[in-house]
Amino acid sequence: MEIKSEINYSYLEYQGAPVRHEFPALHQDVFGKPLIYLDNAATTQKPWKVIHATNKYYVEMNSNIHRGVHYLSQKATDAYEISRNTIAEFINARQSKEVIFTKGTTEGINLVADCFGRYAVNEGDSVVITSLEHHSNIVPWQMLCEKRNATLKVIPIDENGEIILDEFEKLLDETVKIVAVSYVSNTLGTINPVKEIIELAHKNGSAVLIDAAQAVHHIPIDVQSLDCDFLVFSGHKMYGPTGIGVLYGKEEWLNKIPPYQGGGDMIKTVTFVKTEYNDLPFKFEAGTPHIEGAITLKAAVDFIREIGINEIARFEAGLLKYATEQVLQLPEVQIIGTAKAKASSLSLNIRGAHPYDVGVLLDKMGIAVRTGHHCTQPIMDFFCIPGTVRASFAVYNTMEEIDKFLESLRRAIKMLV
Amino acid sequence: MTINEKQDELIEEFEFLGDWMDKYEHIIEEAKELPEMDPKLKQDQYIIKGCQSKVWLFPEYKDGKLIFYADSDAIISKGLVGLIVRVLSGYTPEEIRDAELYFIDRIGLKEHLSPTRSNGLLAMVKQIKLYALALASTKKMPT
Ligand SMILES: Cc1ncc(COP(=O)(O)O)c(C=O)c1O
Repeated sequence: MEIKSEINYSYLEYQGAPVRHEFPALHQDVFGKPLIYLDNAATTQKPWKVIHATNKYYVEMNSNIHRGVHYLSQKATDAYEISRNTIAEFINARQSKEVIFTKGTTEGINLVADCFGRYAVNEGDSVVITSLEHHSNIVPWQMLCEKRNATLKVIPIDENGEIILDEFEKLLDETVKIVAVSYVSNTLGTINPVKEIIELAHKNGSAVLIDAAQAVHHIPIDVQSLDCDFLVFSGHKMYGPTGIGVLYGKEEWLNKIPPYQGGGDMIKTVTFVKTEYNDLPFKFEAGTPHIEGAITLKAAVDFIREIGINEIARFEAGLLKYATEQVLQLPEVQIIGTAKAKASSLSLNIRGAHPYDVGVLLDKMGIAVRTGHHCTQPIMDFFCIPGTVRASFAVYNTMEEIDKFLESLRRAIKMLV
Repeated sequence: MTINEKQDELIEEFEFLGDWMDKYEHIIEEAKELPEMDPKLKQDQYIIKGCQSKVWLFPEYKDGKLIFYADSDAIISKGLVGLIVRVLSGYTPEEIRDAELYFIDRIGLKEHLSPTRSNGLLAMVKQIKLYALALASTKKMPT
């Protein structure tokens, strides 16, 4: 056998590279078959770094933060604030006080809909979203509009699953107070032109919230160059723990809008007559937070930064391209979402088979995909389909896994069609 | 044949199916054998909630017996509902009400009965039992 003197593979492409060994959950059999995990858009697996960090927190520093003067409390507080700094650096926020810890994307959007809504959205105003949004970027705005007698306006998409920017421009008028749009669609994988959307919205005097739940671990994000007013994401989709997420907000906005919940930590002084709210970021972090989650999220960000987000983006684009090309070889397959710019997610249907059937059979062959409407019912209505089969990729997936996915898909087609 | 004899027959059929794919192959066959449901009966009120796919179940009370017609837009769901219809359709409401469904466990589909599953097998069984219970106690079809 010829031994190559030079390794051309990058860290991620080298099969059996250390990156897969860092994810213990990947190394198990399901129904007697090696697990192939392609449900990363729902949540990613966790590297040892994150698992160890969780352990370390409880073993070495568990205590409440921002309160005690004792050693442990200081230690936990420091770790919590260091994590905030790391996240601020990661998304290039001007200051770490613009980073608010939340439960996740959903809570971040609800917070902005509630607090920004109370500050800026009144009767006759409107909120703009897109047809691509996850339910969590639809329902909070619907609730706000109902409360304030405002209107929800929706940017339509075309057959490829791309936002129609011309239609967006038509929706913009003086009533539009905020535009809420996902960076990457969880169902179709479309990368939305958020930079253009932000520019157009700002020209119109509207604020912009970016739902980066499906973007922050796939493509580089710089909140200053984007110039978004708010940006939200979840820890669990970026190799971090569940129950923790981030709301980035421009300082100016976070100072202007009222607090979300009342409680400990978010106050400076309390009397029965008047409460003075605390400064940023604490104003939005009432109560004992998810301390261990926040601290551990740093480990997830470190994991991403050590490989490099550009390298991850390049590698995952290769996986998506390969999977798309392979899937297109099967005449029964129809890809849902054919935007020019896509990240991570590949949604498809088998002509003549229900997505549920495909999902059940793939599951029994060891392949984890998601089937259904993916919390985006309006997209299903647009394409007139009951759901899709979605394979979504992460840093630890391999070309071999995609080959096995295809082989299993072929077998499912044979059984169902 | 009694309900239990039908259950035993099914258990025997599944006994020789080694792996999961064979089992599902058989469930798909079951779907193909399920008698056609009149499209007119596929109304929203007969959709069973709690499935990722659409499952229709229409009850008919004739000559003291409950007969079920079912269909689904997903073939595996259709096969699953087909199994249940095959076992329970054509008996008196009392017989259906009192039937203990052990075949689901014995053919290895017990995991499908968990309320957290989205296939609705549990919902299908519950719906059939509900029709039987209502008929047995009031002699009237619930609306
Ligand atoms: C685009 C998008 N937005 C929002 C969410 C909601 O995230 P979470 O459930 O973590 O709050 C998701 C998760 O599926 C998502 O993909």
